[in-house]
Amino acid sequence: MEFFQYLGAATRESFTKLGRASYFLIGMLSGISSVLIRPCLLLKQMHSVGVLSFLIITISGLFVGMVLGLQGFYILSRFGAEETLGVMVAASLVRELGPVVAALLFAGRAGSALTAEIGLMKATEQLSGMEMMAIDPIKRIISPRFLAGFLSMPLLAALFSAVGIIGGQIVGCGLLGVDDGAYWSQMNANLDFQKDIINGIIKSVVFGFVTSWIALFEGYDAIPTAEGVSRATTRTVVNSAFSILGLDFILTALMFGDN
Amino acid sequence: MNNRSHNTNNLVSVNNLTFSRGTRKIFDDISLEFERGKITAIMGPSGTGKTTLLKLIGGQLFPQTGNIMVNGRDVHHLKRDELYTLRKRMGMLFQSGALLTDITVFDNVAYPLREHSHLPESMIRSLVLMKLEAVGLRGARDLMPNELSGGMARRVALARAIALDPMMIMYDEPFTGQDPISMGALVHLIKSLNTTLSLTSIVVSHDVHETAAIADYIYVLSEGKVVGQGTPQEIKESPSEWVQQFMNGAADGPVHFHYPAKDYMDDLLHTEKTLFSRKRLIGEKPAKRRRYS
Amino acid sequence: MPHNNTQDTLVGLFVAAGIASLFFLALQVSNLSSFTKGETYQITASFENSGGLKVKSPVSAAGVKIGRVSSIVFNPKTYRSVVTMEIDAKYKTLPDDSSVSVYTAGLLGEQYISLGEGASDSYLHNGSEIEFTNSALILEKAITQYLLKSADEKKDSDDKKNSPKK
Repeated sequence: MEFFQYLGAATRESFTKLGRASYFLIGMLSGISSVLIRPCLLLKQMHSVGVLSFLIITISGLFVGMVLGLQGFYILSRFGAEETLGVMVAASLVRELGPVVAALLFAGRAGSALTAEIGLMKATEQLSGMEMMAIDPIKRIISPRFLAGFLSMPLLAALFSAVGIIGGQIVGCGLLGVDDGAYWSQMNANLDFQKDIINGIIKSVVFGFVTSWIALFEGYDAIPTAEGVSRATTRTVVNSAFSILGLDFILTALMFGDN
Repeated sequence: MNNRSHNTNNLVSVNNLTFSRGTRKIFDDISLEFERGKITAIMGPSGTGKTTLLKLIGGQLFPQTGNIMVNGRDVHHLKRDELYTLRKRMGMLFQSGALLTDITVFDNVAYPLREHSHLPESMIRSLVLMKLEAVGLRGARDLMPNELSGGMARRVALARAIALDPMMIMYDEPFTGQDPISMGALVHLIKSLNTTLSLTSIVVSHDVHETAAIADYIYVLSEGKVVGQGTPQEIKESPSEWVQQFMNGAADGPVHFHYPAKDYMDDLLHTEKTLFSRKRLIGEKPAKRRRYS
Repeated sequence: MPHNNTQDTLVGLFVAAGIASLFFLALQVSNLSSFTKGETYQITASFENSGGLKVKSPVSAAGVKIGRVSSIVFNPKTYRSVVTMEIDAKYKTLPDDSSVSVYTAGLLGEQYISLGEGASDSYLHNGSEIEFTNSALILEKAITQYLLKSADEKKDSDDKKNSPKK
């Protein structure tokens, strides 16, 4: 009985939270117009969200591509199909790993930082202070960060994929002796712009949207104490990971389901 | 009280305000008046919702019943734009200062000016320096907020609060956690700003002596009610035992030292009883217990 | 807000790198560059079996890509599959008695249409239909045929071997 009471309370709490989050999202989106008038706000956030994630994304992308090159080569060479290594590496990166891994890294690197920053601003009454200065903190603080995350994500995912493909080429062609021409031409012939690249970008745009939303909302909704902020940061990473992977399944089913 | 209420000279008036958080009533039908150009203090023990009152006046929280009039306008029935216009004329000094931590002292003070006015940068510079000079921190303009002491941070926040030349300032616990020197500086600042800028000040505090030294009128709150009000002199001479205990800082009085609890002896014995029964429940022998005692 | 030049530059570099990798993916990795939507004309051909041919499969002549498949539909009257191809308008001089076959690139590769040139003096134009078609090679069918054939041969040779004895 107690268990069901707990379950009911937890369900209700999560719906309440979703409601608050949706309300927050509307405020955040309506603040975007005011960010566009002042691009210097956006620039600053692009720096902290995008530029500072650049290194982790490129290095991870390179290694993921290299691993794909190695693993792909071992499997494909059993069937005598090493020439299709480029297709394998590029397709897995562009369709799945690029958007998903980049988004997971983004949630860990930029998302948690955003939550902690907003949570601490709340804990130190900075948000309240801005409100009393007649400055809307959602417009001034949240919206630029959201837009920056939303715009950075596809760029980061594209970077991840591109660097990964080059990593796969370094390992496949440089170390394992796959023909360089075959690597690129097979990739070129078998990947479709619409189906693979555009869908990959759509995925990363969705992930960027969701991750930034979760990170900012958890920060804004955090209990303004040290413990509250740390728990909110954890929730950001966990919830982002769940949302990214769950949405990835849905998006993949929608995009590639007909084939 | 009657001579203060519904006076046109009141900048802020709180009428029959009730506010609760969950089931706990923070304010129970209270009415307060804040006269223009005066320093009015709200005193009371920690946890009586003094900060909540300031947030209510600032329109950040909504009351269940009652209203708050600021400069003749009902704060909680204003449209968003109107509320923001009103807030530009209300300064608030937060307990922590609430400075933006990623920009310098100068930029912090310039912040509301840059957001709300379209003044050229040279004029903003002069204005900011004037405000910083007023709080005596012109030399600290290039420091970051984390390099400031608590008292300095509060003074910078004060400079920021007066940046838009407001009609009133709300001080949230301005004296808490200050050393005597910075406390003295703040007391002096609040008093002098109030006269030189002809502000209306609302000071929320539980520091009896500092507040009594500058306030023109004092409200004492406890458990959601106004338990005493008057000029500092009247408050000091108040017949209310409660007010006397608060003003003199006596450990016991109408407000008990002990948080409400059941009988001490009963409580101790009861614990012992449950200990016994628990031990029996898990089948431990009394002999084993003796070894620990 | 104070402007910071280094920060602007870094953000600029970041955005440029991101867009550059998008271009890289679009042009180098996918086949966007290899067949851009230029002027094309359509021809159709009906196959007994179009096998694993797909929309956007390449159409090539002498190993060079000259177009792509734009639609594959089943004709319920003739029980054949009607394949529409978009041929690059550059290649206007394809004889109208050319033949088309569905081939497989390598053993496991994708299927494509190969155009074998005819000898006619009149050329294919928008809407023309190719008469000579060779269906896709269905591996299972081929194997079955081969097995049946070899079984027959074996039977024959067995018959031959056995008959003298009898």
